[in-house]
Amino acid sequence: MIEHLPVLTIAVPLIAAPLCVFLLNRTLVYLFALAVCWATFGMSILLLDQVLESGPISYELGSWPAPYGIEYVVDYFSAFVMLFVSGIGAVVLTYAPQSLNDEINPSKHYMVYPMYLLCMTGLLGICITGDLFNVFVFLEISSLSSYALISLGRSRRAPLAAFQYLVMGTIGATFLLIGIGLLYQLTGTLNMADMAMQLADDHDSRTTLVAFAFMTVGLSIKMAVFPLHTWLPNAYTFAPSVVTGFIAATATKVSVYAFIRIVFGIFTPQFAFDEHALDTFLVVFSLIGIFVASVAAIYQGNLKRMLAYSSIAQVGYMLLGVSMHNLDGLTGGIVHMFNHAIIKGGLFLVVGCFALRLQSVRLEDLSGAAKTMPLTALAWVLGGLGLIGVPLTAGFISKWLLLTAALENGYYLVAALMLASSLLAVVYVWRVVEILYFSEPSEAAKSAREAPWSMLLPTYALILAILVFGVWTTYSAGLASEAASSLLGGTP
Amino acid sequence: MTLTPSSLIVLSLVLPLVVFVLIGLFGKLANLRDGLTLILSSVLFYVVCCLADGVFAGGRPELSLGDMLPGFSIAFSIEPLGMVFALVASGLWIVTTVYAIGYMRSHREHHQTRFFACFAMAIFAALAAAFSANLFTLFVAYELMTISTYPLVTHHGTEKAKLGGRTYLGVLLFTSIAFFMMAIGWTWSVAHTLDFQLGGILREACQSGEIQNWQLMLLLALFAFGIGKAALMPFHRWLPAAMVAPTPVSALLHAVAVVKVGVFSVLKIAIYVFGIDLIRETSISDWLAYTAGFTILLASLVAMTKDNLKARLAYSTVSQLAYITLGAALATPASVMGSGMHIVMHAVGKITLFFCAGAIYVATHKTDISDMRGLGRAMPLTMGAFFIASISIIGLPPGGGAWSKWFLALGTVETSHYFLLAVLMISSLLNIAYLLPIPIRSFMKPKTGETLPFKEAPMMCVLPLCLTAIGTLVLFFVADALYLALLPITEVVK
Repeated sequence: MIEHLPVLTIAVPLIAAPLCVFLLNRTLVYLFALAVCWATFGMSILLLDQVLESGPISYELGSWPAPYGIEYVVDYFSAFVMLFVSGIGAVVLTYAPQSLNDEINPSKHYMVYPMYLLCMTGLLGICITGDLFNVFVFLEISSLSSYALISLGRSRRAPLAAFQYLVMGTIGATFLLIGIGLLYQLTGTLNMADMAMQLADDHDSRTTLVAFAFMTVGLSIKMAVFPLHTWLPNAYTFAPSVVTGFIAATATKVSVYAFIRIVFGIFTPQFAFDEHALDTFLVVFSLIGIFVASVAAIYQGNLKRMLAYSSIAQVGYMLLGVSMHNLDGLTGGIVHMFNHAIIKGGLFLVVGCFALRLQSVRLEDLSGAAKTMPLTALAWVLGGLGLIGVPLTAGFISKWLLLTAALENGYYLVAALMLASSLLAVVYVWRVVEILYFSEPSEAAKSAREAPWSMLLPTYALILAILVFGVWTTYSAGLASEAASSLLGGTP
Repeated sequence: MTLTPSSLIVLSLVLPLVVFVLIGLFGKLANLRDGLTLILSSVLFYVVCCLADGVFAGGRPELSLGDMLPGFSIAFSIEPLGMVFALVASGLWIVTTVYAIGYMRSHREHHQTRFFACFAMAIFAALAAAFSANLFTLFVAYELMTISTYPLVTHHGTEKAKLGGRTYLGVLLFTSIAFFMMAIGWTWSVAHTLDFQLGGILREACQSGEIQNWQLMLLLALFAFGIGKAALMPFHRWLPAAMVAPTPVSALLHAVAVVKVGVFSVLKIAIYVFGIDLIRETSISDWLAYTAGFTILLASLVAMTKDNLKARLAYSTVSQLAYITLGAALATPASVMGSGMHIVMHAVGKITLFFCAGAIYVATHKTDISDMRGLGRAMPLTMGAFFIASISIIGLPPGGGAWSKWFLALGTVETSHYFLLAVLMISSLLNIAYLLPIPIRSFMKPKTGETLPFKEAPMMCVLPLCLTAIGTLVLFFVADALYLALLPITEVVK
């Protein structure tokens, strides 16, 4: 049983998803999906435990040996990402029922849970698979289900936002597929490790370069790299709070994961950075993206949209770390995937609490809400401090690693700009804090009550995780560092 | 029962946190809450005194909490300067707690639980900074201080408090993230360590040419301006803005803990990161000395124009803090000694002045100096204390401030910065001009001719300020002990 764990982690939620549709009772579906989510989280923990104990696991699907059959690879990196994706999936689903009752027509509830499970399956699949075509398949599974989830939003603009995302996302996925096709044609294999070996002496061919370009651009759309981020703000704003919480915390991170895998695992940093200067492009676009998106966030009147822009900026930090291609930088980039996942996940759950009690997430309706919803407001402050990157929060850890990495490379300007940009986060976070604490209560805020415990507890689970992982980094930065050093292992 | 020094460190750091938690738990029971704070703050002071015994005898107790990130550990190691600062912060915490109880209760302030809880957290941050063994720990404590004092500054929750808090947080976070953090990262990348060492950690990098002199100067600038809490102009605006806080906050935090964390950090970095002989040899700090001199004069001049008592004291603080930065910039044994002493002298003096301002407000609701004529007849104790503390701030015997200013002046002479010597002298005159008229005029007859009835603030307010006023006099006579305690930090390591 235990040796089949890699495939079970994917198969269990995948099979459970359609079963959800058959369970007609709403409570029953919820409990079933919740059990599956937590079980998946449990399996991810076991996987990580195995990796820590006995090194990377290679699992041959259907016992077909590696380059011919599909291989699942669980190493530090994939186990780490799977851990937090499934963990956040479980916490967000625990939080879900009241928020969903409020925001989604009960008749559509039966759709939410299977889609949610499918989305999680897709994301986990991207992490675990060692097969490039599989990456595309799982990417599509997660994307299609997230289009459906986003379209369920209360606002009438939700379907349009989902459609926008669908158009952009499909272009991205198609580009990825084109790239995969070219590489397959060149190497005759789809196994990523095998492909890397075959490509090692074929770096000069134009096909490789074209494939690399298509895949980079395709994934950049999915990662929402500036200027390919346009789908993201609407999608996050109009999706139901629960969905935004889950997708914002996980989806872009997993795309970053796929990108790192492809750059470091298939093309090698030497090809991408030294021969084709991807690092320069990444640094430039990341920094522009960080500044543009952070400034945009400052001017938003809608809390969800503000956090959405902030997400675009945060992806910039991750890519900044990747483009440093030294150990600290890659560690910083990877650990920021995790740190930002818990920070943004936590903050979107806070937003969901406000949405439930105030029936709005517009800033003017949030005025003075700290008086009637003190715990929710405090959660915002703590999460916001994490987003700014104040010491003793998780955000500081990633910022510190990125800073030392930049200085180690002698990128003084990048370091300075990075620090300057994080001050913009102070502005948009504190703007909300002032509105919550110092403004006269709005009508909605006056009559509001504190959010229910069923939502506050999961929210605080993530918020406290921000503080815990700001001090104790054995399993965040520690694992990220292991992952980074094994990724860089192949290069001198 | 004897405890090992490292467990004393644990105890001294845990106690404020215990207070924080207990205050949270017993928030509804005001007497129990305040009683516990008083008892535990006294215990804390005792613990810190025990530590001081060992440190002044030459011990250097250490404690490491392990790596927060590979290579960056949260660690504590106590040297004399930090010890002195910890003594000041924890000692004055007791006095301020007594005062705050009197002040907050007679004012019937709301949110007293949050107030006392944040206070405890700020003390924790001050001690952690004082004991820090490396720049990383210092930075973490520094930022914790900023965040934990924000709710205190904005305590009243008014529009004015919001704007004051915005300036406070804005300036302090901006400087610390944009400059201070950058400087620490830079130091790490050239020195490959962040541990404080007597004689500094940059000499090697400097000799190997890894960091040029102009870069060293830039690094010093990043530190000096990055530590916004030292209120060096032009990053001093947060200090007057923070005066919207209740007076006990202004007294302990904005005359002692917060600002002293700032100048303490500057001094510590000058001594333990750069090393004072390196600073002198490369003369990278001349500009800093003149910037500090400029701040001393300008802030004193601004103070003269302020009619609001707390605002005047705030600008006076900006000016006095620059003395300490000046001492660090001159980087001679005497000037560093002066700076170290001034941390203590100014703390005790300025906290008295703020206590007086608060007592006047509690008793009469007056905030403007022009209204205080004749007030001394109604509040002789308060105004007497004000007078004594002013003497110390000005630097006249028998106030403790005389010693620290003497050593600072010595430092300017040693380095032949006669212009700065003149600045110090002029500044003392300015201090006289903006401080002494307040108590003197208060003992004169009011313009209207009627004498106010005797009406002091509550006992809990008056007692602490009398104690600290006497403290400034005591410090004049025990300065010798302080001198000996601080002597190790002036050692030159070759």
